[in-house]
Amino acid sequence: MNAENRENLRPDQENVLEIDHLTVHYVLEDETVEAVNDISIQLKKGKIMGLVGETGAGKTSTALAVLNLIPDPPGVIRSGRVLINGRDMLKLSKKELEEVRGSEVSMIFQDPMTSLNPVFTVGEQIAESIRLHEKCDQKKAMERAEEMLSLVGIPPERAAEYPHQFSGGMKQRVVIAIALACNPHLLLADEPTTALDVTIQAQVLDLMVNLKQKMNTSMIFITHDLGIVAEICDEVAVMYAGRIIERGTLDDIFNHTRHPYTEGLFNSLPDIDNRTAELKPIPGLMPDPTMLPKGCAFAPRCPYARPECIETPQKEQAVSDTHFVMCSAYQDPSFRIQRQEVFYE
Amino acid sequence: MTKYIFKRILMLIPVIIGVSLLIFIMLDLAPGTVLDIIANDYSPEQLEELRHQLGYDRSVFYRYGKYMWDLVHGDLGISYIYKTPVWDLYMQRLPSTLKLAGASVLVSILLSIPLGILAARKHGSITDNVSMVAALLGLSMPNFWLGLMLIILFSLNLGWFPSSGDTEGIKSLILPAITIGTGLMATLTRTTRSSMLDVIRSDYLRTARAKGVPEKAVIRKHALKNALIPIITVIGTQMGRTLGGSVVTENVFSWPGIGRLTIEAVKQRDTITVTGCIIMSVIMISIIQLIVDIAYAFVDPRLKSQYSTASKRRKRIGRTPEVRANGT
Repeated sequence: MNAENRENLRPDQENVLEIDHLTVHYVLEDETVEAVNDISIQLKKGKIMGLVGETGAGKTSTALAVLNLIPDPPGVIRSGRVLINGRDMLKLSKKELEEVRGSEVSMIFQDPMTSLNPVFTVGEQIAESIRLHEKCDQKKAMERAEEMLSLVGIPPERAAEYPHQFSGGMKQRVVIAIALACNPHLLLADEPTTALDVTIQAQVLDLMVNLKQKMNTSMIFITHDLGIVAEICDEVAVMYAGRIIERGTLDDIFNHTRHPYTEGLFNSLPDIDNRTAELKPIPGLMPDPTMLPKGCAFAPRCPYARPECIETPQKEQAVSDTHFVMCSAYQDPSFRIQRQEVFYE
Repeated sequence: MTKYIFKRILMLIPVIIGVSLLIFIMLDLAPGTVLDIIANDYSPEQLEELRHQLGYDRSVFYRYGKYMWDLVHGDLGISYIYKTPVWDLYMQRLPSTLKLAGASVLVSILLSIPLGILAARKHGSITDNVSMVAALLGLSMPNFWLGLMLIILFSLNLGWFPSSGDTEGIKSLILPAITIGTGLMATLTRTTRSSMLDVIRSDYLRTARAKGVPEKAVIRKHALKNALIPIITVIGTQMGRTLGGSVVTENVFSWPGIGRLTIEAVKQRDTITVTGCIIMSVIMISIIQLIVDIAYAFVDPRLKSQYSTASKRRKRIGRTPEVRANGT
C-alpha cells in the first residue's frame, strides 16, 4: 500500500463508503452522456442505503464507479473520490484494485440471465472468487462454494451444473452467492430483485437482510421499488438525472419528504387503501443526459417550478443533520410541497 | 457423450457416400478413359480383358459400388501410369501433406489468435486497424505470388532456406508453411477478433472483473472459452482444406504432397489416381469435421449436457477440481 493510501486510513474510520463529488461521463463521438454529476454519499458500517430513481438516472453508473469498473472507452470518471475503508478506488493500481474487488467490495448485477459465464459451472464461478482472495486450493474453494450455495438456498450438489440449467431466480441467487463469497464489507446490489417474480423477490430480500445481520455488511441497494426501500433500507438517496436530489434517513425521506420529485415518486404509487384512485404519474420524461439544463433538471416536470429554477444551478441544502435536499425553492422559507409529514407504519 | 460421437460418426457415412458418388460420376463423364491412354502399351486382347476387369463394360454405378467396396478394404485401384496401387501412392505422399498442413495451421493459430485478441481488446485503435489491414493483405495476396516472393528473398538472395522439395526437415518446411499460413491467418484473425468483440463487453466478463479476476485471466479464461466456437470452426475448415493438399503452394515449392500428386495425375489423365485422391480428401475433411464437432461439445457445456444424464455429469464434474489442481 502506498503512502497516500495509508494517509487516508483514519483510525476512527466509520464510513465504509464515502463518495465525494463523483462525476462520470460517457464520451461518444459527437455527444457526451452526463451520467453521474457531482454526487456525494456516505455509508456507515452495517447500514443499507437505498439508491432510488427512475431508469437512466445514473444509479448503475454510480455503482460501477465505486468498483472503478466504468467501461472505458467511452466512460470517463471526470472527478471525485471513492473511498472504501479509506482507500481511494480511483487511485489504486490495477493489482490493488483486483485485490479489493470481490473481497472488500462486491456487486450483485442487475441481469442474472447474462451475468453468469455460460461455459463454467456455477460452483467454479463462486469458487474462483474464493480462490483468488483467500489463497486456498481449488478443492477447498469448491467446498466453500458449496456452502455459499446452501446459504442462498440452492442444494450444494448443484454446484456442478451450468448456468443454463438454472432458472432465473436460481441464477440470481448464484450471482448473490458470488458477491457474498468473500464476506465483503460493502455490497452493491443493483436491482437484485427486478428480474424476479414477487414470491422469489421476498425470499431474496429476506436472504440479504439476514446476511447483513450475520456479516454486518454495508449495502447500497439500487432499486426503483419504494416498497423494498421501506422494507430493508436505513438510508435513502434519490437520484435524478445523475444527481442526488434528496438524501436522508428512511424516516426523513418517507415521512418528511422535501423534494418535489420524491413527492412525485410517492404519488405515483398505487394507493392500497383506495384501490379505485387513479394513479398520478409524473408527467413528462427525464431530460436527455447529453444535454442537461443549466438549472434544475426536474424543473420542466415540476409542478412548483419557478422561472429561477430553470436558470440557477441547484445546490444541496440541509433540512436537518441527516436530511439534505437539492431544491432552490427552499431558499424561500415559506415554501412547502403538498405531501407533508405523512406517516407510514 | 458417447452417444453424440456415435451419432456424428454415423452421419459421416451418407456424407461420404453422397460426395464420392458425385465425384465419381463427374470424373466418369469426362471423355476418354485410362484405357485410351495406355492403349499403345497393350495388345487389343489385353485391353479387352482390362476393360472387363475395370468394369467399363458395366454401368457407372456398378463401378462405383465396386470402387467403394474395394475402398473399405484399403484398395483404391491401380494407377496404370505409375503402375502402382493408388493407395500406396497416396500413403507415400500423405506424411508430407500432413506435415505441411499441421505446420501451416500451427503458424496461423499461433499468430492469429493473439493478434485477433489484441485487435478486439484495443477495438478501434491503431493496433486494431493495423492488424486488420495486415489480415486483409494476407487474405488478398495470392499464394503462388507470396511463395515466389519468399523463394526470391529467402532462397535465392539470402540462401537461408531451400527453394523446393522436402529433404531438409524443418528448414524446407518453413517457407511453404508461411505461405499457406498467411492465407489462413487472415481469416482466423478476423474471426477471432469479431468473436472476441462479441464476448468482450458481455455482462459475465464484468462479473468476473468485479470478482477481482486479473485482466489476463478475464481474457484468457472467461472470454476466450466463450469465443472459441467460431474459432474452432475456422481452424477445422482450414485444416481440412490443407489436408486435401494445397495444390498451388505444393507446386510452387515442388512439395511432394497430395496436392501435387493430384495435379500430376490430372495432367496425365490418370483418372483412377485423381478419383482416389479426391475421395480420400473428402474422407479426411469429414474426419476433421467430426473432430471439430466433438471439440464443440467440450467447449460449450450447453451442447454437452444435451447428451449426458445429470448423475453422470455430476460424477464427472465432481472429479474435475482435483484433476485441475494437479494440472496447474
